[in-house]
Amino acid sequence: METVCLNRSDDAFVKAVEDESGQRVSRCYQCGNCTAGCPMSFTFDYSVSRIMRLIQAGQKEQVLSSGAVWLCAGCETCTQRCPNEINVAGVMDACRHIAGRERKFGARAVSAFFKAFMDSVRFNGRSHEVGTMALYMLYTGRVWTDVELAPKILPKGKMPLLPHRIAGRREVAEIISRFKQGLSDPDLVRAGLDAQGKSAKEAVS
Amino acid sequence: MKIGVFICHCGSNIAGTVDCAAVAERASTYPDVVYATDIMYACAEPGQDAIIAAIKKHGLTGVVVASCTPRMHEPTFRKAVERAGVNRYMFEMANIREHVSWIGKDIEANTNKAAELVRMAAAKLRLDRELKPKSFPVTKRLLVIGGGVAGIQAALDAADAGLEVVMVEKQPTIGGKMAKLDKTFPTVDCSSCILGPRMVDVAQHPNITLYAYAELEEVSGYVGNFDVKIRKKATYVDWDKCTGCGLCTEKCPSKKSYDRFNEGVGPTTAIIIPFPQAIPKKASIEREYCRQFNKGKCGVCAKVCPTGAVNYEMQDETVEVKVGGIVAATGYDLVDWKVYSEYGGGRYPDVVTSLQYERMLSASGPTGGHVKRPSDGTEPVNVVFVQCVGSRDPSIGRPYCSGFCCMYTAKQAILTKDHIPGSQSYVFYMDIRSPGKGYDEFTRRVQEEYGARYVRGRVSMIYPKGGKLMVRGADTLMGTQVEVEADLVVLAVGAEASANSSALAEKLRISYDGYGFFMEGHPKLKPVETNTAGVFLAGSCQGLKDIPSSVAQGSAAAAKALGLLSRDMLDSDPQIASVSVNRCVGCRKCIEVCPFKAIQEVDMRGQPKAEVIETVCQGCGLCNATCPQGAIQLSHFTDNQILAEVEALCRF
Amino acid sequence: MSSINVGYFPGCSGLGTSMEYERSTRAVCRELGIGLREIPDWNCCGSTPAHSTDSALSAALASRVFAQGENAGIGDVITPCPSCLKNLRVALEHMEDPLFSARVEALTERPLKMQHSIRSVLQVMVEDVGTERIRGRVRRSLKGLKVVPYYGCLMTRPEKVMRFDDPENPVALDRLLEALGAEVLPFPLKTDCCGGSFSIPSRKVTPRLAGRILDMAGEVGADLVVVACPLCQMNLDLRQGQIRAGGIDRVLPVPYFTQLMARAFALPEADAAFNKLVEDIEPAFACMQRRAADIEAEERKAAAAEAEKARLAAERAAKAAEKAKDAGPDGAGAKSAGAKKTKGKADAGGGDV
Repeated sequence: METVCLNRSDDAFVKAVEDESGQRVSRCYQCGNCTAGCPMSFTFDYSVSRIMRLIQAGQKEQVLSSGAVWLCAGCETCTQRCPNEINVAGVMDACRHIAGRERKFGARAVSAFFKAFMDSVRFNGRSHEVGTMALYMLYTGRVWTDVELAPKILPKGKMPLLPHRIAGRREVAEIISRFKQGLSDPDLVRAGLDAQGKSAKEAVS
Repeated sequence: MKIGVFICHCGSNIAGTVDCAAVAERASTYPDVVYATDIMYACAEPGQDAIIAAIKKHGLTGVVVASCTPRMHEPTFRKAVERAGVNRYMFEMANIREHVSWIGKDIEANTNKAAELVRMAAAKLRLDRELKPKSFPVTKRLLVIGGGVAGIQAALDAADAGLEVVMVEKQPTIGGKMAKLDKTFPTVDCSSCILGPRMVDVAQHPNITLYAYAELEEVSGYVGNFDVKIRKKATYVDWDKCTGCGLCTEKCPSKKSYDRFNEGVGPTTAIIIPFPQAIPKKASIEREYCRQFNKGKCGVCAKVCPTGAVNYEMQDETVEVKVGGIVAATGYDLVDWKVYSEYGGGRYPDVVTSLQYERMLSASGPTGGHVKRPSDGTEPVNVVFVQCVGSRDPSIGRPYCSGFCCMYTAKQAILTKDHIPGSQSYVFYMDIRSPGKGYDEFTRRVQEEYGARYVRGRVSMIYPKGGKLMVRGADTLMGTQVEVEADLVVLAVGAEASANSSALAEKLRISYDGYGFFMEGHPKLKPVETNTAGVFLAGSCQGLKDIPSSVAQGSAAAAKALGLLSRDMLDSDPQIASVSVNRCVGCRKCIEVCPFKAIQEVDMRGQPKAEVIETVCQGCGLCNATCPQGAIQLSHFTDNQILAEVEALCRF
Repeated sequence: MSSINVGYFPGCSGLGTSMEYERSTRAVCRELGIGLREIPDWNCCGSTPAHSTDSALSAALASRVFAQGENAGIGDVITPCPSCLKNLRVALEHMEDPLFSARVEALTERPLKMQHSIRSVLQVMVEDVGTERIRGRVRRSLKGLKVVPYYGCLMTRPEKVMRFDDPENPVALDRLLEALGAEVLPFPLKTDCCGGSFSIPSRKVTPRLAGRILDMAGEVGADLVVVACPLCQMNLDLRQGQIRAGGIDRVLPVPYFTQLMARAFALPEADAAFNKLVEDIEPAFACMQRRAADIEAEERKAAAAEAEKARLAAERAAKAAEKAKDAGPDGAGAKSAGAKKTKGKADAGGGDV
C-alpha cells in the first residue's frame, strides 16, 4: 500500500465536497456505522467509512477514482443511522458529482447505466426501459445483460418496445443541455444573483 | 474618600489585549481616586501585599481591583483589604478579563472598555457603606438525598464524625445501582459483599435516620437552617411491624408484576422485598400490580402476615426536618435505548441491557446466576456486547461518553467466560476508555486471557434469524463490514441524569446543565460544592462516574458538610434587603415576588408594612426592583449605587 | 367522508414494468373516492441517475413536473413510486435555499410560483383515507393470507425528508394489510435495501440483497411479500430466477399493496392485474382460502363452546333463583353466601377467618 502523505491534504477538495453536500465531514468520528449497515459494501473497493476518512484527509485522487462512490445505491441507511447526523449518502452523491465533472468513472458499468438512462430521458422526456437497456448494452458492450429475463417479462406485455414520448421532450432535453453547458454552476449563478442584487439596490437608491 | 485602583495584568490573560498601564493612568483621573497602578498578578502574595502597602501608604479608604470575575477572587481581595483595616464592603471589582480581554482582540477598544468598567466601579465605591455581618446558629444535621453508594459514603462519613444524618431514598431499599451489580471492575469482587455491610451500617448507625421509599417534597430556609419536607410514600405495610419474613411475597397471587430491582428479568409479586440484602428489609406493595387495589378483592398478604403489618388504607405521610446542610446524591438512570429501532427497540427478547445482564449474572438474581436466553432459557454460546448504546450519540441528544461502559463491558465479558467456559464474547467498541488505576490492564486481560474478540466499530442493526440474532457491524480496523451470529446481545446502555433531576435542582435552588446533571461550584476547584451555600454534590448526579470516584466524592461532600456544620455560628451575608418604613405603602408586591419567603407583613400603628426576615433573605434583589416606592433597598446594591454606575457609563 | 382530489404523478415505470401498480392504484383510488388528476405531459424525475449526476439537474427535472402541475392548477401531488417521491420531495426541500433554486431556474427557465407538496399513495391511504375506512370497503377479506410488508429504502428514509412513519420499523403498510384481513407477520428486514437499479450494472447485487429479503420472508412463513416500490418489485419478482440461481431457494409472489386492496375490495380482475406478476400469486390465494376455512371452523367451534357455556350459566342461575324462591325470604342470604364461597376459591385458599 502507498504511503499517504498527510501534508498533501487537498483542502480545496474537502471544501468542494462539503459545499456540494452541505455536510461537515469533520463531524465523522469513524464509528463505522455507515459501513456496518451498507448493503452495497460488498461491492466497494473502499468501505463508506474509509471514504469518509479519505475525504477528511483530503485524499482527492483516491476518493474520486474509487468504485465505491459510484456503487452507492443511495438507500440512505448510513444517513439514517449516523450518530453524528451526517448525510453520508449525500456525501457519496457529492463525490460522484465531482468525479463526474472530472471525468473519473471508478465503476464504468454504473456510470454507463446512468448515461443510458439520462439519454433515454433526453430523447423522450421519460425513461424508457427497453431503450435504456439497449443504450446500456451499446455503451458497455454487455449485450447479454439480463437477457434471460426477456422471456419472463415480454409475454406479460409490461415492456413496450416503443417509448412514450412527451410533447415537452425538447424542454427536458434543454434542461439537460443547459446543465451540460454549465449554466447551473454555483459560482456562475451566485455571481448572477450578486449582480441582480446590486442592480436591485441601485434601482432602490 | 480616598480610592486606590489596581489594574491586574493576569500574566498575559488581560495584558495581552488590554493596555493595563493606560487604564491605570486614566483611572487616576476619576473622582476621589488618589492612587492607581497596574500590577502583574493582583491575587498573588506580592500583589495582595502591594494593595495592603498602598492602603497604608496613601491612607486609602476604598479599593477597586480590575481583574477577573468576582466569582473567582472577590473573597480574596475582600480579605486583603480587611487585613489592611478597610471594611470588606469598601471594595469593588471590575471584571476586565471575562468581560473584556478574553472576548475581543482590539487593544484600543479593550483598553477603553476596561477603563469604562473601572470608572463604573469607582463611581459605585464612592457610595458604598461599611457593612457588618451578623451571626446566626447552625442546625447540626445533614440531609443526604439518595441512598446509592455515593450517598451511603457521605452519610456514613458524616455520621461517624458525629453529625446527625437524615437519608432519603426514592426506592424501597438503599443500595442504588451498585446493589444491582454482580461484580465490580477491575478487581471482579462481589458488589453486594462490599456494599452490603455499608448498607447495614446505614441501617444500624445511631446517628442516621433512613427514610426509604420517600422523596424530597420541599426545601426552604438557607445554609445552616434548611427546613425540609419529606414525603414518605405509602408502602401499605407498617414497617414498624414488618419483620421482613417474606411470607407475604411467597403467597402473593399476583405473580406477573414488573420487577424493578431486577430490571424486568423475570416477573415478581405485587408485594415485594426487592432483594435478600435490602435495607430496610421490609415489604411494600406496588399498587399498580396489586389485586386488592385493582380488583378490590384479594387480601392474601394481609391474611398471611404474622404481625398484621399490611394496611391497605395507608396514606402518604409528610415529615418535616430541620437540617444545616444537604448532600444531593441522586445518581443516574439508563438512557431509553428503545429509541434504537434498528436494535429491535425492545421487540427481541434476547437483546438485553447491561444492567439486565448483571441481574442474570448475579447469584441472587432471578436466574440464580445462570445466564440464559430470555426467549427459550437456553445457555448462550456466542454473546455480543455492543458499546456506546445511547452514549456519544448526538443524534439522540446524548453526545457525551458515559465513562464506565467500557469497563463494565470488559468485566461482563470476563464473567461470561467464567459462567460459560465454552462461550465466545464479541465486543463492538468505538474507543476503549480505561484511564483508571488498573483499568487498561483489565481491558487487555479480557482479550488476552479470556479471548474476548474486540471489534472496533458500531453495530448498525440487530435482527432475528432462525432462532439466533444477526448482528451487522463494522470492523473499521479491517475496513470491512462484519456479521456475527449471536445467541444473546448485551447492549452497554449509556447513562443520563436521573429522572426528575431538574425538578429536584429547582427545589434545591442549584444549577443543572443541559442534560440535567447538577452543576458544581467550580469545575476544578469546587467539585462538590454548588452555587447554593450548604448544598453539596456526590456521585453521578454531578456527572457520570464509576464506583471509586462516586465514593471519593461522597467522602468529599461529607468533609465539606462537616467543615460547614462544625461551626456553631455562621456569619450572615449583610448584602440583604431592608425596608424604609416611611416610604413603604404596604402594597405587598415585594412579598409576592420574594422566592425565599423572606418578607412578611407587619402592622405598624395600624399601617401594613413590609419587613425583611434577615436570616432568610438571600439578597437576590427582586423586591428592590419590584417596589414601586423605592422603599425596599438591597444593601451594597442600592438604587443610588446602581445609578451611579449607570451615570458613570452614560456620562456623555 | 368527502372525496379527495389530488394531482397525480404516475412515474415512468407505471407505463412499463409496474403497470399493475399503476392500474390497481387508479382502481383503488376510484373506489375510495380519491380523484387523481394526472399532471399533463409529465416528465421523468430523473431517478437515481439524475441525482447521481447533479442535485440541481435532478431538481430541475422535478421542477418541470411541478411546473406542469402548476399550469393545470395542481399544487398537491401524490405518486405511487418511492424513488420519484424522494426525488420530488428532496427537490422541494432543496429549493428553499435561494442559491439552489436559482441554479435550478437557470436550467428550467420556469420559476415555480405555487406551493407544492408531494406524498406517496401509501401515505394518502393511511393518513387521509385511514385504515378504518379501508376496512369498511373490504368485500373479500384476505383472512388466512400470511404476508410480510416490505417497505424498501425510500418510503421512510431519509427520515428528515420523508417524515413518514418510523424509519427503522414502519407499520403503516402493516396496519393497512391488517385492515384487508391479512395476517401480517413480523418482518425484520422491512427497510433493508434490495439493490435498486444496481441490479443492472452489477449482477451480484440482486441475488444477495433481494435474496436476503426473500429468504427471510420465506423463513418467517409468509405466503407473499407485499411491496410499494416498482424497483423493489422488479428485483424481488422478475429477478427471482436469478436469486434462485444464486442459491436461495424460495418461491414467493410479490404483489403491490394496491393489488391486494383491489382484490379485497372485490374489484375486477383486470384492476388487480395479478396476471402481470412473474411469480404466480394464485397458489398463495388457494392456500389463504384453505386456511381461512380452517380459521372459520375454529371460530365456529369456539363460538359454539361460548354459547354452550352461557347456556349452562343461565340454567344454573335459573335453578338458583328457583331454589331461592323455595327458600323464601332467607333466599337472598343463601345466595350471597354461595357467592362468597366461590370467591374464596378463586382467591386460592385462605378461607374466611
